[in-house]
Amino acid sequence: MRPAVVVTGISGNLGRTLAKLLHKHERIIGIDRRPFVGRPKDVEMYELDLRKKKAEDVFRKNEVRAVIHMGIMHDPRMSEEEHHSFNVVGTTRLLEYCAKYGVKKVVVLSSANVYGPSPDNSNFLTEDAPLMAASRFSGVRDLIEVDMLAHGFFWKHPHIETVILRPVHIVGPTIKNAPSNYLRLRHPWMMAGFDPMIQLIHVEDVARAMVAALRPEPKGVYNIVGPGEVPLSAVMRELGNSPIPVPHLVARPLLGMLFKYRIANFPPPELDHIQFLCAVDGSRWVQDMAWKPHYSMRETIRAVQGE
Amino acid sequence: MLERLGDRVKKGLRDWTDRLANDEQKERMQALARPGNEYGVDPFGYNLDFSLSAVAPFLWLYRNYFRVETFGIEKVPAGRVLLVSNHSGQLPLDGAMIGVSLMLEASPPRAMRSMVEKWVPSLPYVSTFMARMGQIVGTPENCRRLLESDEAILVFPEGLRGINKLWPQRYQLQEFGLGFMRLALETRTPIVPVAVVGAEEQAPALMDLKPVAKLLGFPSFPVTPTGLPFPLPTKYRIYYGDPMHFTGRPDDEDSELDKKVRTVKASIQSMLHQGLKERRGVFW
Repeated sequence: MRPAVVVTGISGNLGRTLAKLLHKHERIIGIDRRPFVGRPKDVEMYELDLRKKKAEDVFRKNEVRAVIHMGIMHDPRMSEEEHHSFNVVGTTRLLEYCAKYGVKKVVVLSSANVYGPSPDNSNFLTEDAPLMAASRFSGVRDLIEVDMLAHGFFWKHPHIETVILRPVHIVGPTIKNAPSNYLRLRHPWMMAGFDPMIQLIHVEDVARAMVAALRPEPKGVYNIVGPGEVPLSAVMRELGNSPIPVPHLVARPLLGMLFKYRIANFPPPELDHIQFLCAVDGSRWVQDMAWKPHYSMRETIRAVQGE
Repeated sequence: MLERLGDRVKKGLRDWTDRLANDEQKERMQALARPGNEYGVDPFGYNLDFSLSAVAPFLWLYRNYFRVETFGIEKVPAGRVLLVSNHSGQLPLDGAMIGVSLMLEASPPRAMRSMVEKWVPSLPYVSTFMARMGQIVGTPENCRRLLESDEAILVFPEGLRGINKLWPQRYQLQEFGLGFMRLALETRTPIVPVAVVGAEEQAPALMDLKPVAKLLGFPSFPVTPTGLPFPLPTKYRIYYGDPMHFTGRPDDEDSELDKKVRTVKASIQSMLHQGLKERRGVFW
């Protein structure tokens, strides 16, 4: 049988999009705790937790040529312990298997959010900028740890091609992450007097980038930027939303209360993203991979609504 | 509702800009248009349309209030350049006036960028206003990026030490940071020293109420004869010096960099002295 590409977290929106792009050319083995709805017939699927011993069998029984790791969750409602264990222990185990079973290529999905929004950020953060997100939002600590684990793996195993991708906010018709949910609100809050530049990328463009990362050239960390950057207010206008300006001094305690009583699903530190800059420089990926997103700025913004 | 009001204000300001600038200047300002995206902004958030509206009050200040006179603006070279200026007056109007002078008097006109303090992005409205006007946070990465794309950057190496100094220290240059010299050496950028005379007297600060500043999160809280740092209609004179080219290692020891910085400082100081000698009064 052909060597396989293992995809973790395949049942999510991004995973399914990726599988559809890739299954015609590669033999895919999916690992996820959730069932894969609408799975193409030629995708083998294992419904299991990466932390379980059984996950190793996938590597023992199959010849795996590459791993795409997106089995990382971010749910502010989940207990922090479970969160941390799933993301950090899961990634650690997976990387162990990669080293043990001689996988040649490892692609890890991180996020441009690891840099963290902050008033003293440069306008375009490069890959070597410090990962400061947890200094203001401890809930993302494990996401940074996953990124660092992959980074450590990259240095420890020079013969394995490790690629860490840090895409900007992913949006798409069925995506349910914080930025997409926020932009879908009819009357989203904006921080009065703040209008930071925002970078969005279409889920299909991220999937294409993940596929491109399987090629032999890319190695190391890459920021992945979509069609560019626009002010948040321009996104709102494009979507026809009527934002409510909220003074930033009021917004944090107010959202804290709404979150606590489950009226809102955004933890207060997420407000930093609509107040300060967290934009990245994607030129390294553009140059190394001759990368161009398929979706224009307008199409990317509109993708939030789904049609 | 608010948006419509905003558009009305914007249109009014734009008309004001058009009235203040003559046809030639209008054309020149239009020529500054930069490649933005379909939403009218460049990647840094600079919006020419917004700027041409928002510049109206500054044009008026430049023409009628501070009645700015510039000297030697033709010395500003094309391509990347670091404008290094003294900083004074409690409110950063000196930066705005240098910007307007490059827009109106330089040929070809330049849209200058200045590096703003790191606390600006944490201020509501001010942060957005600055970004749309092309002003950005003064991190070395931002500066390097802009110089590499051949922009004109204004820096105040005195920073807050300069703008917040008290009346007895007027026209005495405070300690200069070394960062701009490092960037100039690294990107091989010529430095044009700039001296602003007149801004110092716009809001003489008698004392700095540090506890109030701390309470409000401001870098300082100056007390002026009028109570607030509201600028008086002093006459501004802006002097541009000859471009200075430096060579050397950007990662040299501070003492080496300091020598180079001191030549820039001396050149600004001598232009200040000359400007003070030449002027007949503070207000005319």
